[in-house]
Amino acid sequence: MACPAVSTGLDTGIVPCQGEGMISADSTVPVHDAPVILTRGLTKTFQGFMAVDHLDLSLDRGEVVGFIGPNGAGKSTTIRMLCGLLKPSEGEAFVAGFNVGQEPEKVREHIGYMSQKFSLYGDLTVRENLVFFGGIYRVSRRDMGERMAFAISMAGLQGRENTLVQTLAGGWKQRLALGCAILHRPPVLFLDEPTSGVEPEARRSFWDLIHELAAEGVTILVSTHYMDEAEYCNRIALIDRGKLVALGSPTELRGHQLGGDLLEIGCTPLGAALKALAGAPGVIEAAIFGDKLHVVLAKGGLAAADLPDFLAGKGIKAGPASQVTPSLEDVFVRLVSMPHEEGDRT
Amino acid sequence: MNLRRCYALAFKETLQIWRDPRSLAVALLMPLMQMGLLGYGVSLDIKHVPLCVYDQENSQESRAVVNRFVSSGWFSISHNLDSQSAIRNAMDRGECSAAIIVPVNFSRTLAVDGSAPVQAIFDATDVNTTNIALGYTQGVIASANAQIEAKWAAAHGITPSRVGQVDLEPSTWFNETLDSRNFIIPGVVAVILALVGAQLTSLTVSREWERGTMEQLISTPVTSLEVMLGKLAPYFVIGLVDAAFCLASSIFWFKVPFRGSFLTLFVTTALFSVVVLGIGYLISVRIRSQLGASQIALLVTMLPTTLLSGYTFPIDQMPAIIRAISYIVYPRYYVTILRSIFLKGSGLSNLWAPVLGLLTYAVIILWLASRAFRKRLD
Repeated sequence: MACPAVSTGLDTGIVPCQGEGMISADSTVPVHDAPVILTRGLTKTFQGFMAVDHLDLSLDRGEVVGFIGPNGAGKSTTIRMLCGLLKPSEGEAFVAGFNVGQEPEKVREHIGYMSQKFSLYGDLTVRENLVFFGGIYRVSRRDMGERMAFAISMAGLQGRENTLVQTLAGGWKQRLALGCAILHRPPVLFLDEPTSGVEPEARRSFWDLIHELAAEGVTILVSTHYMDEAEYCNRIALIDRGKLVALGSPTELRGHQLGGDLLEIGCTPLGAALKALAGAPGVIEAAIFGDKLHVVLAKGGLAAADLPDFLAGKGIKAGPASQVTPSLEDVFVRLVSMPHEEGDRT
Repeated sequence: MNLRRCYALAFKETLQIWRDPRSLAVALLMPLMQMGLLGYGVSLDIKHVPLCVYDQENSQESRAVVNRFVSSGWFSISHNLDSQSAIRNAMDRGECSAAIIVPVNFSRTLAVDGSAPVQAIFDATDVNTTNIALGYTQGVIASANAQIEAKWAAAHGITPSRVGQVDLEPSTWFNETLDSRNFIIPGVVAVILALVGAQLTSLTVSREWERGTMEQLISTPVTSLEVMLGKLAPYFVIGLVDAAFCLASSIFWFKVPFRGSFLTLFVTTALFSVVVLGIGYLISVRIRSQLGASQIALLVTMLPTTLLSGYTFPIDQMPAIIRAISYIVYPRYYVTILRSIFLKGSGLSNLWAPVLGLLTYAVIILWLASRAFRKRLD
């Protein structure tokens, strides 16, 4: 088993890659080298509206893939199809070797799922929720004590086992939900915006948990709309209006997706500068970034050094343009706005 | 089917009921309140019909006739009046629903002709009451006649002729005191169990949809049959507890005679509980909001149980088409069964027809309910 060094921000008492009390992927995953999650032309239409549009994805064992995209891009719909909760309109998907459309029950035995909305029983205590899901997943009574203790310590809820879940703060709720979803040690995890509404500190420790699980060989598809979280993923699948727009590691995306050099330039007024640059020769993309502009320049058009003069010619005060390393947010702004440019630009 | 999962669901559901004041109120307070309201409120017996008397003669004979009305227990005199118009006014004001007028020469006519008229007037705005009061009046007059006849015969020194007369000797079985409470209370029990049962389960699935817990539940390998059995089990126990309460208060508080066996009562009540709980569950699966589900559950239990079960309105007297419809109304079978067990002491061998009706219902409802639950969001 691969055993990458994973820093844990949580005092869970768990050391990855030791035998007892840890998560390990179920060895019953049938095909070893095949992708654990595979979709081919996966499509979902709701009354003519195409929520997911011919999506091709492939996840290997132990991968953490971040599903990023604006609201309504089709992230939840895709995850729900992969859990067997929605029937694909077209195409097919395999999870842990089972066809999602034809054998949803087989799929459900091999997955853990955290839905976007908090979905544990608020009127039950921490322990009662765990006992319930342990029963539903038929965790053997022999293993139950150990797994519950693990889930409780993972969620940092020692001493609060008898607290009603509805009285817990967001971060604890989410970690407990994760604990419930992995009680049966599924080889595949689907997490739909698990950290939304959770304070940054708790988000950080939640991602540590995700990496611990991945280190044990669990394959994880996690959606988020926090850009900083995308950096924690092995690969990022960017989805917009149902279509897969980009797929790759954070480094790959940063390096290849802009199509030119990224420059940062301070100027006033910002709005007028944005307008001036939008149609200028060689400008691929211009966007407001804080109190500055981020401009992507293609080779052969305006040069970086020409920018201040170009803007001055339009009556805009501008400082020098400096080249910056693109953040993932720059990449997303670029990729997500692309289809708009074809029709909406005036 | 896995018992472990059913047990996990049943245990979770029990905890939720225990911590939900609304469920507890429906489960425990509703039967108590309804048993009190319906048990005391509904009575078809008409006693002490308010009667106005206009005795124009005021002789010994006329007073004897009037006294017969009072001593029957069915009437009580509200006013002694002295004119036709006073009767009219009293009826208009609703102070009496029947009136008798004894004419001025009543005793003389009776002595000379051997018969004399007495006028009885009824407020027929309430037809049922009027019919019953009319029947009572005929009974009172008939017994008065018998006495007058005997007296007349004795006075003339002859034995009244009995030739050619048929005497009816009525004998009422199973409810000897003709107390309508004995007949209605078993029906009330059926109404309460149907209402409470369907109300309870109507919330069980819709609550999970509303709170968002259903999405988690259907992402697990649990089967729809396991969900149904696990969720119905605790409500089945509650249903039986409610039934025990209602039936015990019928026997020990309302003193309805109980002549059957408790085993028969238990088996049929359990069967009826399965039907009503299944109906509530089916609604809950179909309607994903708690409010909607509980309203529909009220509609499909309240209307058929009160109107078409024979609990107050006799099915025999309904038009053929309504009678036919009443066969698909499940409480009808249970009302019939309960009355037979209570008043006739019938066993299962006598009750096979309604029991079969309930059994058929239970099988169909459970089959539909187990299939209706879809582990999908679309």
